[in-house]
Amino acid sequence: MSLKKIEDKVFSRKRLTPDDALILFHSEDIFTLGRLASQVAYRINGNNAYFVQNHHINPTNICVNRCKFCAFSRSKGEKGAYELSIKDIIKKLGTEGSGVRGQGQDKLNSSLVTRHSSLPFTEVHIVGGLHPDWPFDFYLEMLRQIKKSFPHIHIKAFTAVEIDYFSKTSGLSLTDTLKALKSAGLDSIPGGGAEIFDVKVRAKICPEKINGKRWLEVMEKAHSIGIKSNATMLYGHHETYEHRVEHMLKLRELQDRTGGFQAFIPLSFHPKNTRLSKTVHCSPRPRSAKRGGLFTVHSNGIDDIKTIAISRLFLDNFPHIKAYWIMLGEKIAQLSLMFGADDLDGTIIEEKITHSAGALSEKAMSKAELINLIKKAGKVPVERDSFYKPVKNLE
Amino acid sequence: MKNRKYQTKKNINRITKKEGLKLFKSADLLGLGTMADKIRQELHTKGIVTFIIDRNINYTNICINRCSFCAFWRDEKSPEAYVLDKKTLFKKIKETIALGGTQILIQGGLHPEFDINYYIELLKSIKENFNIHVHGFSPPEIAYIADKAGFTLKKTIKILKEAGLDSIPGGGAEILSDRIRKKLSPKKIGKDRWLRVMEEAHKLGIKTTATMMFGSIEKPEDIVEHLDAIRKLQDKTHGFTAFIPWSFQPGNTELAQRTAYSVQRKNALRRTHHAVRYGATAVEYLRVLALSRIYLDNVPNIQASWVTQGLKLAQIALRFGANDFGSTMIEENVVASAGVKYMVSINDILNAIKGASLKPAQRDMYYNIIGYM
Repeated sequence: MSLKKIEDKVFSRKRLTPDDALILFHSEDIFTLGRLASQVAYRINGNNAYFVQNHHINPTNICVNRCKFCAFSRSKGEKGAYELSIKDIIKKLGTEGSGVRGQGQDKLNSSLVTRHSSLPFTEVHIVGGLHPDWPFDFYLEMLRQIKKSFPHIHIKAFTAVEIDYFSKTSGLSLTDTLKALKSAGLDSIPGGGAEIFDVKVRAKICPEKINGKRWLEVMEKAHSIGIKSNATMLYGHHETYEHRVEHMLKLRELQDRTGGFQAFIPLSFHPKNTRLSKTVHCSPRPRSAKRGGLFTVHSNGIDDIKTIAISRLFLDNFPHIKAYWIMLGEKIAQLSLMFGADDLDGTIIEEKITHSAGALSEKAMSKAELINLIKKAGKVPVERDSFYKPVKNLE
Repeated sequence: MKNRKYQTKKNINRITKKEGLKLFKSADLLGLGTMADKIRQELHTKGIVTFIIDRNINYTNICINRCSFCAFWRDEKSPEAYVLDKKTLFKKIKETIALGGTQILIQGGLHPEFDINYYIELLKSIKENFNIHVHGFSPPEIAYIADKAGFTLKKTIKILKEAGLDSIPGGGAEILSDRIRKKLSPKKIGKDRWLRVMEEAHKLGIKTTATMMFGSIEKPEDIVEHLDAIRKLQDKTHGFTAFIPWSFQPGNTELAQRTAYSVQRKNALRRTHHAVRYGATAVEYLRVLALSRIYLDNVPNIQASWVTQGLKLAQIALRFGANDFGSTMIEENVVASAGVKYMVSINDILNAIKGASLKPAQRDMYYNIIGYM
């Protein structure tokens, strides 16, 4: 099918309809998709490709939800279950951060850009399981202690799913929960837990998790009290193209109302070590899901770059599209920069969640490596803070 | 695109060396991809993507060449040095056949003790015991065998053919530019000798492939020089079945260690060092792949290298000029020794091809279809 009509819309800056997005998903013309998405990305972010120096902390893998697509979670008492104390977290941030990247010139570079602190990262990303016993106060204390020890670090923490859970365990309203988190030091919210909003798909992959409506409600409340967030979409499992478009449509509608989303992050499903990989029979192309065939690992790069490109075109009110290299692998993440993405996330010290599901990417990437990937894609590497302000333009 | 400059069928208006270089240096990735994809579709009209079920067998890792980009070679005295015994070799071949394999790719180091009789005996024993295609001995090995025996290349290849050699893999080409070879692999045969082995083989009716290893210290000019050398010989012989570009894997190699060291010492990111430290990125791989499809208008097949690029990027490569997924690699040792290991099953390969809306088919070395899957 010719994409001419959609091309015209993109050129004249008209909003794409859900039907347009579906046509794009069904199109094999990845080159036109790439060109259109690149054009939109250029309009919004110029030739910039952003990255952040960040540190991931997963306080616990004990989770009451046990979603089928997750290889990270454990039940309490199960082998491999762990809990970090606040002291552990502070220690990790203080010592491991500088230790991981001891490779040659990286030390040199990082000392240039972290004038404000002695740490080689500007952001800490904290997400974890829904722990059955930890009180809300524990999380507030965690935020306060981190801020106390590292006052210049931006804390991006707790998915909408965790925030909903805090509100339930504390008995506070969503707004009061968010306000408490904010005053304890929360700076922004990551986009996880969105998965796919469709009710039926959600019932198959994560029946215990809050529904899409509630996820959006948490985000709307957060945005309304001035907390920025991201939004994700987990694809490549049970969903159809229609479900993806519907998911993005809901995000676009909310963004029209609040403007609180910073980046959209499409996440390709990693089947290894998950229960979903054993139970779900699905072909690599969602539209032919009924034909069967076993799910396999990491097989659809074309779907990845198409999803990136379509999200860039459809989510016209999102400032950033992130190619999360941990999920995509560094090769597809780099290529995504030619398909509309403008952000590679960051150095990510100690990634755990995707690697539990067999991700082939490294667990951390040096700043020099990220810069190399971006430059080799012909883009301008920009180290950003958590609000996409340049920390130091590297060109 | 009606009056396309990059004619593929009759070599009229074929892209010149100068144009190739210009295209490679200045065209954008999506433009190169569009062009290469169109050519692939013209050459392979039914959207078929082929692959072969075979096993890489490396009879020894002892090698006198010791190329700086290679992590596989060992010194004869090294505790990790090995020579495969017959029993192990036969077991590997049996397993290959049991898994539906039709071919073995047999290559190894240049062992100081081996002479032509070793290779003759090896080939004969395989052929006496198995009905399997032997794709074996890259040009550096053939030249080494010839030199040791004091025979011409022609005589050597003829003898090996009579002993059971069916076709020759295109390895050891690295970059066919002597400027680069002197730096990377000074002991390995030069550009002309590599091409002469292939020419002699083609003349004797032996088909071969051609490879190119890029992403080390070469410049765009060297890549175009390489492609041009292959195209020229192919015009003469039509003996190349496929071209396989793949990228230098820096892990565990002297080349990467050497550069890491000098980077540390100078505290600077010199461009060449930088490139070798990381190897080629995905974007660079796709650019080289697309250029290969565009430039090599007389080579029918271009292989994607999932072994070096991973399955996802190899799948995308099918839209940037590649029409073949290479081998299923029941076993692979050389790239793995550089620390790169992508675990892939035949099912993964089938899904990757189908996921690109293309049709997977098993082939033999001559690109005859054995069966659709």
